[in-house]
Amino acid sequence: MNNGEPIQPGAAPAPQLKLQVLSNPLFLSGVRELVYQLAVRLGFPDEACGQLSLAVDEAICNVIRHGYQRAHDRPIWISFFADGGVADPEHPAVSPTSALRIVIEDEAKQVDLASIRSRNLEEIRPGGLGVHIIKEVMDEVRYEHRHPAGMRLTMLKRRLPDAPLSPHTPSPGRLSSAGGTP
Amino acid sequence: MIPSSSHGTPGGQGAPARGLRIASEARDAFIVLSPEGDIDLMGSPALRTEITKAQQTGKDLVIDLSKVPYMDSSGLATLVGAMQAARRTRKQITLCGLTDRVRSIFSIARLENVFRIVPTLDDATKPA
Repeated sequence: MNNGEPIQPGAAPAPQLKLQVLSNPLFLSGVRELVYQLAVRLGFPDEACGQLSLAVDEAICNVIRHGYQRAHDRPIWISFFADGGVADPEHPAVSPTSALRIVIEDEAKQVDLASIRSRNLEEIRPGGLGVHIIKEVMDEVRYEHRHPAGMRLTMLKRRLPDAPLSPHTPSPGRLSSAGGTP
Repeated sequence: MIPSSSHGTPGGQGAPARGLRIASEARDAFIVLSPEGDIDLMGSPALRTEITKAQQTGKDLVIDLSKVPYMDSSGLATLVGAMQAARRTRKQITLCGLTDRVRSIFSIARLENVFRIVPTLDDATKPA
């Protein structure tokens, strides 16, 4: 987990996958599904696939609630960079992916970067858990101002070299019910 | 058991959208809420509404999460708010049936020990 500089730009300037969604909570489940399935195909273990989809869900929720003040018609861009590349379709069991970098951008009002932080968990109150959850499940997290407008969140999760590929591609129902405790 | 809420169903024609459904049932001294579906930013408002209605009965509340495969921080916030309301009225909220994935988010948020969490609905509704 890191909130500073270490996330390096990937070798490839263009994302392998880029998605634009509107800031409507209706789309959250579909985005979670996509992230989970992508992570499965890149060779992340089941628990990490769930954590990646959770982190993206929390990040989008923060944009909707705080960035766009719950407006449902504003754009959010989600870009995926598989560091190390992706598997050859003819040899899908051999994944060269070393990490998945996810960049979430919006054109909401820019906020003081110092104000984006986990809250004190000793204080039991509703809300304010999203940033904590993201930092807890991702290896590196960086917020920055986007030019000319909006915010950019870059998150990275490493894939252990010896991590076995998920034995199967879960069904949509399994996405949600897959177990695992971080 | 009465399905008291079906969130995410459009008012127009066609097949209903799948969303969070919440059944409510009076069981002895408890109101049992049984949400079915993901509790995320889309579903949390419906859950909050049902919890508020249940708490207005003055009974202790049990929330059976066995049919909730996914919950995010908006769901946690809803439950924390409900717990605080219950404490103000000296009532209890018990959670049961947590899936591994849902339990993991309680763990990440360090909330596992804040709620009364028991394995099954029967455990939750046993007389104290």
